[in-house]
Amino acid sequence: MSLYSDHQTIGLVEAQRLHFGEPLRLRSGAVMPAYDLVYETYGRLNAAKSNAILVCHALSGTHHVAGRYRDNEKNVGWWDNIIGPGKPLDTERFFVVGVNNLGGCHGSTGPSSTNPASGKPWGADFPVVTVEDWVHAQARLADRLGIDSWAAIVGGSLGGMQALQWTLLYPQRVRHALVIAAAPKLTAQNIAFNDVARQAILTDPEFHGGHFYDHGVRPVRGLRLARMLGHITYLGDDQMAEKFGRVLRAGSFQYGYDVEFEIESYLRYQGDKFASYFDANTYLLMTKALDYFDPAHHCNGDLVAALAPATAGFLVVSFTTDWRFHPGRSREIVNALIGAEKNVSYAEIDCKYGHDSFLIEDAHYHALVRAYLENIRL
Amino acid sequence: MNASAVLTRPDYEVIAGWIKPGERVLDLGCGDGSLIRYLGETRQVRGVGVEIDPHNVLASMRNGINVIQMDLEAGLAGFGDASFTHVVMSQSLQMVHHTEQILREMLRVGREAVVSFPNFGYYRHREAIAAGRMPVSESLPYQWYDSPNVRFFTIADFEDLCASRGIDITESRGFDEGRQVTDDPNLNASVAVYRLASGRS
Repeated sequence: MSLYSDHQTIGLVEAQRLHFGEPLRLRSGAVMPAYDLVYETYGRLNAAKSNAILVCHALSGTHHVAGRYRDNEKNVGWWDNIIGPGKPLDTERFFVVGVNNLGGCHGSTGPSSTNPASGKPWGADFPVVTVEDWVHAQARLADRLGIDSWAAIVGGSLGGMQALQWTLLYPQRVRHALVIAAAPKLTAQNIAFNDVARQAILTDPEFHGGHFYDHGVRPVRGLRLARMLGHITYLGDDQMAEKFGRVLRAGSFQYGYDVEFEIESYLRYQGDKFASYFDANTYLLMTKALDYFDPAHHCNGDLVAALAPATAGFLVVSFTTDWRFHPGRSREIVNALIGAEKNVSYAEIDCKYGHDSFLIEDAHYHALVRAYLENIRL
Repeated sequence: MNASAVLTRPDYEVIAGWIKPGERVLDLGCGDGSLIRYLGETRQVRGVGVEIDPHNVLASMRNGINVIQMDLEAGLAGFGDASFTHVVMSQSLQMVHHTEQILREMLRVGREAVVSFPNFGYYRHREAIAAGRMPVSESLPYQWYDSPNVRFFTIADFEDLCASRGIDITESRGFDEGRQVTDDPNLNASVAVYRLASGRS
């Protein structure tokens, strides 16, 4: 049951596109000569341009954060439950911006876009992008939208990392950061999961070294496996037990390798669905951006020192059953922010949906985000 | 924990009087955050509250203060040594099982600790016990079966603990019904406030 009424929805939205002709030097040293970013906006930018909120997406997210499309009313934004009139990210008060990151596969320039140098899809030649690179690209979008300073930057998981990175690269341009279900850097276990996912894609015979577009095929099997593995790590252990347990489709053992347990059916369905639309090269890029994220790297691992430039206020949120980025990882961010004498609040939400809890419409979670944002002066 | 509901204004004023403008205060068991808010408004103090109860975390956030959700029973791991000038625990010490540990942690993280607590030795509490009943009063507003308090102690007991653990009592005040008590606080004060420092050992 929803916390909100039907008129609290944004309604129909349209994606917009901007071309950026000025080259962007990436952290790897590579240069993007030019690129497009697709984005959506909800609500109105006020005269002082002080009410803008940027929502950063996670691994498989997009610029379509809220609302519906005219040509496909079923295509609801991925975080529609928290954005809208009277919702925590209140579009009556805030101007909310969603953007598809560089390297994505939903309209912004990415591996499936045409490489102007070859006239063919970039494929494996698309440069590796990092969280810092995304933040710089988002800053240029902010310039074009006339937004000097964001009231808040909000993100879950990899999106939370972007929010945190913003406060360090552009401290004067972000007044608040909501860092949700994130971590200050990946653990060896996190990187291991990512690499198994990448290996699934890289070893798919139809990957063709990342140039599968030229062969008219897609590495669907590898992408499907990558998503199945990822999906397991996004769910809570108890949630999976509760939802699927050991329930058998046929009611008894079949002594074969077809789908027997309900969880197998669910994962295969999720894998197939994802592999049908997502770009394998984008998946590789997103997981590398996660692996490389480590704002304390240039400070010999001293996160307190790394956070020194930030002037934003922070809300850090974690979820009890998130084992991919468990609450202790959020506490590392919180402890370092306290050590750096920043304004920070932290909540650990009791929610059974694992890492994906950040997308769930939980009354207490939404109340906290609402309370925090309501106290932001515009 | 619902600390602020029983925290009276004299506590606030005494605590505020011990804190200089611009200092950094950590409030353990901050309830709805009203003490941090009060210190911010009256002393320009940069405060952080700690709470375990989700509803109090929300209330603190609505009060616009920095609040960290965590369990004090686990100590203050993650907070650096001397990272705050004052660590305050107003009306919450009696709700913590690990009394010694939390006092030690307060004096590790803060240059100074400030503690207020209900005095079980208050004469009305003694009268209730003498009449064969657990005390219920303004400072102990719970029935025995629904009390969040897990430690019941008097001003004299607390001072003994400090003496035996090398904790210096820099200042103390006793209050009854909002007025300061000077004559035999262990008998006449319903609430006590202490200012503590690590002993020179």
